[in-house]
Amino acid sequence: MPIAAIFALAAGTFAFRRAGPLLADHYQFSESAQAWMTSAATTLLAALIATSTLVQDGAFAGWARFAGVGLAVVLVLAKAPFPLVVIAAAGTTAVLRQFGVA
Amino acid sequence: MRSVWRTVERKHARAIALLCVADALVAMSFGAIAVGGGLQPWIPIVLSLLVFAGGAQFAAVGTVLSGGSATAAVATGLLLNARLLPFSFSVADAIKGGSPLRQAFGAQIVTDETVAMAITERDRERRAAVFWACGISLFICWNLGVAVGAAAGSWIGDTDALGLDAAFPAVLAAIVLPALNSTRLRLSAGIGSAVAVLSTPFLAAGLPVLASLTGLIALARQGKVLDRGR
Repeated sequence: MPIAAIFALAAGTFAFRRAGPLLADHYQFSESAQAWMTSAATTLLAALIATSTLVQDGAFAGWARFAGVGLAVVLVLAKAPFPLVVIAAAGTTAVLRQFGVA
Repeated sequence: MRSVWRTVERKHARAIALLCVADALVAMSFGAIAVGGGLQPWIPIVLSLLVFAGGAQFAAVGTVLSGGSATAAVATGLLLNARLLPFSFSVADAIKGGSPLRQAFGAQIVTDETVAMAITERDRERRAAVFWACGISLFICWNLGVAVGAAAGSWIGDTDALGLDAAFPAVLAAIVLPALNSTRLRLSAGIGSAVAVLSTPFLAAGLPVLASLTGLIALARQGKVLDRGR
């Protein structure tokens, strides 16, 4: 991977990250516009949860991961503490794979 | 900066510590995969410091290692990172202020995890504190992990055996689901997630997540944004 490619990816990524705060410096966003941005970020994160649970390289990511994250969601809804949610998800997925579930 | 650490609540501190452990393990596997595939060790290390976005790093290195061009690797990485633009809007108030260097570093630590933790905090000061504490911690753990993985090479096994691929969505679910506190926001998230998953076979990587923004129509129907125009 040539250094120019690393710099190009880094520069583009940084531009995405810097654009929001720069625009916020120059324009005064209303309360409702800010609430709107929070909703947009929340929706994007929800979609990221769904796709990173279900999809790997353009295909179904397998039942082991699905079961792990599914348990995590149940635990979150039951108001379980954060470490338990994350460790249960990884543990379930790991154990299922030990038993040959993809 | 000391006040940042003092403002962070204990429950956030525990979550950040756990995130660091999980991210460090994934980072080690990233370094190991890159070097194991034949890249010079400095490549994953520099890539991590400058790009600092796990998904794009794996995709870019994966593209190159599977014989794709550098241009394709850059394009894939940038598509995956395009969501950082709306994310950086949502945490702009936490990054604003201070020296240019501080603002640049604040931008660099805009990631899925830092944004998720920040937007669930309503108080402005605490929002900034949790964003910076999470971002600085993850930046250190992630980059150290990559360096260790690159040095250890193929000695590090497949993190899928540890179920760490399930940890990432679980982390986000633990942070984001409690923030879905209104019916319309839940509807937006639900529609957006469905659109993202269903569009996966038809769109290039990165675009399905952006397509989830169509879920925001659930908010627009009664929202103030459209009402103002009438």
